[in-house]
Amino acid sequence: MMDGHAIRILIAKPGLDGHDRGAKVIARALRDAGFEVIYTGLRQTPDMIAEAALQEDVDVVGLSILSGAHQTLVPVIRQAMDAHELGDVPMILGGIIPEQDFEAMKQAGVKAIFGPGSTTTDIVTTIRRIVAERGEPTV
Amino acid sequence: MTDLATDLLNGSRRALARALTVIENERSEAPALLTALYPHTGRAWVIGVTGAPGTGKSSLVNAMAAAYRKTGKTVAIVAVDPTSPFTGGAILGDRIRMRDLSGDAGVFIRSMATRGSLGGLARTTRDAVRALDAAGFDIILIETVGAGQSEVDIARAAQTTLVVEAPGLGDDVQAIKAGILEIADVLVVNKADRPGADNTVRALRAMLELGHPTNSGRMVNHHGQMMQTPAQMDEKAEFATAQFTASHHGEEAGAEVWLPPVIRTIATRDAKTENDGIGDLLAQIEAHRLYLSDGERLRQREHDRIDIELRDRLAHTLMKNLLNEVSSEYYESVISQIQARTLDPHSAVRAILSAR
Repeated sequence: MMDGHAIRILIAKPGLDGHDRGAKVIARALRDAGFEVIYTGLRQTPDMIAEAALQEDVDVVGLSILSGAHQTLVPVIRQAMDAHELGDVPMILGGIIPEQDFEAMKQAGVKAIFGPGSTTTDIVTTIRRIVAERGEPTV
Repeated sequence: MTDLATDLLNGSRRALARALTVIENERSEAPALLTALYPHTGRAWVIGVTGAPGTGKSSLVNAMAAAYRKTGKTVAIVAVDPTSPFTGGAILGDRIRMRDLSGDAGVFIRSMATRGSLGGLARTTRDAVRALDAAGFDIILIETVGAGQSEVDIARAAQTTLVVEAPGLGDDVQAIKAGILEIADVLVVNKADRPGADNTVRALRAMLELGHPTNSGRMVNHHGQMMQTPAQMDEKAEFATAQFTASHHGEEAGAEVWLPPVIRTIATRDAKTENDGIGDLLAQIEAHRLYLSDGERLRQREHDRIDIELRDRLAHTLMKNLLNEVSSEYYESVISQIQARTLDPHSAVRAILSAR
């Protein structure tokens, strides 16, 4: 995307909750903003997410978690990403995340959190900024 | 840059993924990368999978890849989905059906958006396949966008082309129309457990009986030219199954015909408990590979493919160079003259070419 091409984002739903409407709405909104959205569907394991992010060489990974399991899932996903040499790929998080968990999520490597009420404009602008800050990936 | 090629050739998946991005985005390093990789290509068997949206292409690719893995072959998949012509964005959702393949180091899946290309593939798909070939995958499966009747680019990118149909999508007149069915090396009726599957199989076989383009020599239309590769009709050949078998090897090479077999599959069925048809499909793909590998066929096909690609690239480059040589003011003035009816487009071309 540094050369003017579409931002590639992976949208994944880790864990066991089956509510993917939010993820689909976001995927559609990002498509309409000109992103290439790799949508992997429900019940993704951390390794599946990291592997897809690697193969697709995405600029950013978006996770949708509504189950309350973010404290467990996010650090494991970050570890899996790091193990796949994707330490420099930013993650963003959407779903129901209580404010007192924000700090822990940022510690776990989440660059932005979007809860209910986030506007798609805000989400698009933030993702663009995060991808621009990352700059050209190493390797 | 050559570091990326070296890492890719040494088996780094991260380098392969980065290389695919360089190729897809047509970055300035792409030509040098492809030059470094090209000598390492030509090993993989490239299989194209095309057909209308909803016929089950992704599920079929998933089942085929799993079956190839069981035989020990490594598999790369390029899954193409459409780019929105309005926003430039795309939803690439083919991985949803391929989750069974995750966690296997012998599989690599890459999604590509068409980015404005209309032939069913992205403009850079051919080069992406080369990178995967150089990375050493035995089988490369290309899944096209949900294709209609004229997205036939895949036949120029793949060695074996599967056209996937599903029951209930059209009557027998659809089957005799020109276009996508003609490029099939193997016809697949997926979702064969659904009502109407027998009718679909019958319509396809009737079409083949009427005469398939491979019967009279294979044609690939390109910019108005008809490219012809040798594959002669054998009138007596049965239409229902592939005719070529290893036992035919002794007979005069080139005289054999390939008639596309019609295979029934149920890609989502558990192959462990019931017959899903995937085994038959892989056997027919192997038969087609043997058929092409016999004598000069494969060499001739590749020759024609390179011919088409070279003309494509020459046209693209010559045009770019030419437009660099004439000033944009002059070019615009020519457009104005054509608009004002003081110059016709044919004379304009001659004028531009002599103005350099």
